[in-house]
Amino acid sequence: MDAYGKWISFYTMLRKDIVRMFRIWVQTFLPSVITSCLYFLIFGTVLGSRIGEMQGVDYMSFVVPGLVMLAIVTNAYSNTSFSFFQSKFFFRGIDEILVSPTPPWLLIAGFISGGIVRGVLVGTLVLLISVFFTGLQLSLFNVGIIFIFALLTALVFALAGLVNGVYAKSLDGINIVPTFVLTPLVYLGGVFYSVHSLPEIAQYGTYINPIFYLINGFRYGFLGIADIALWISFAVLIGMIAALIAINWYLIRTGLGLKQ
Amino acid sequence: MSAPALKITDLKKTYATGTVALKGVSLEIPQGDFFALLGPNGAGKTTIIGITTGLVNKTSGTIEVFGHNTDTETELAKMQIGLVGQEVNFNPFEKTLNIVVNQAGYYGIPRSVAIPRARKLLTDLGLGEKMDQNAMTLSGGMKRRLMIARALVNEPKFLILDEPTAGVDVELRRGMWDYLTGLSKSGLTILLTTHYLEEAEQLCKHVAIINKGQIVAMGTMEEVIATHHSGEPAKDGYRGGRLEEVFLKLTSDK
Repeated sequence: MDAYGKWISFYTMLRKDIVRMFRIWVQTFLPSVITSCLYFLIFGTVLGSRIGEMQGVDYMSFVVPGLVMLAIVTNAYSNTSFSFFQSKFFFRGIDEILVSPTPPWLLIAGFISGGIVRGVLVGTLVLLISVFFTGLQLSLFNVGIIFIFALLTALVFALAGLVNGVYAKSLDGINIVPTFVLTPLVYLGGVFYSVHSLPEIAQYGTYINPIFYLINGFRYGFLGIADIALWISFAVLIGMIAALIAINWYLIRTGLGLKQ
Repeated sequence: MSAPALKITDLKKTYATGTVALKGVSLEIPQGDFFALLGPNGAGKTTIIGITTGLVNKTSGTIEVFGHNTDTETELAKMQIGLVGQEVNFNPFEKTLNIVVNQAGYYGIPRSVAIPRARKLLTDLGLGEKMDQNAMTLSGGMKRRLMIARALVNEPKFLILDEPTAGVDVELRRGMWDYLTGLSKSGLTILLTTHYLEEAEQLCKHVAIINKGQIVAMGTMEEVIATHHSGEPAKDGYRGGRLEEVFLKLTSDK
């Protein structure tokens, strides 16, 4: 298959996933929008007015990047994990791709691209909602950094979702990680607070949470403030991408969990 | 001399459970052949097909499809193959036409080419009126024909049919065989596994019988029948066709 053929194969996988996510938009887009509205209402409007400022900015502006990041992380992850699991477990639709000349790396690219699209789309929706709650006072310190961190974070969690999708043997298997691992890590990664407001021992705990670095870099793009240097956040992001690409490549190429 | 459509050499497969499915299978299918691979349930037929098409990992051995090694020239080998699997394996919530068009996409065929090709295949297979309906609305026989259309959309040179007529009524079966015989006459190589031995006897030029992971007979249909058929008339009970008698003789535990 030549380069154009590979592009067609990639486009077919991406198109199929985008059609699927829009067909079931009530399940794919709406939950994050509603949850974000509730967060903005409770933490931003109701509690935020009592908290005042965090790191020199009003609390609502402080939580916006974290909540957008929360939407990107959970949507990119769950889209890829569910899409792949569905393809593998229900009706063995994955066989359609496995018998074709589509190479393993392209299969990975095809599945994660859907996750990236959904993560970035839902993140953008949440950002638009935040404009309403912040009264059009949203700060955009550096759009380039915001875009890069949004895209690379979606890539990281789409890749992580694919690992989950490959390993999962039941629907429980794809729900356990988002519920018991991902959501706590996001909440404890500095969505609602600055790491400097924590006791010293808790700060060390935050530093071993990879999501803290992503939120930190993303928030820098909005507000120009950060708990740690931007290059450290970027390095952690690149490291995670490299590690997850290697894991996915190994899993798909060897057919672990896919082929007998 | 042209390369065989399929050349399998000393193929072995042991599953993670410890089950030895293939114990060194070797076989060749000439180009343009209608080849029957027969065997009882669990003999290793689907494992051979799975390894050939990339759905199952082999333990050892080599496979070439039209001279392309499936390990070193995987993409070229897969480009030649169309597979109609044993189980229905498409998303029933997809439209019939989209299932075929998407499959073409995985082979690098653009939608502008795939859509008219898929429409023609579906029409030829009697699914013209079902193209825009979800696959879940199709009957069992229609689902089988949809799988044939999907397998043909990349215009393969080698079509693998793994029990394609299981659960299909007589009339539909005959229609399917007429269609596939026409394709065979136009030069398409076909590998068929089936439990309907009278069909295999009528349709196929060559046959291999596999039992417990080993080929126990192989050759032209006439050679295999002539070599292994006793020719004795029926003495008692139900008796099938000549191939059925040979099959039972070679695969029975008694």
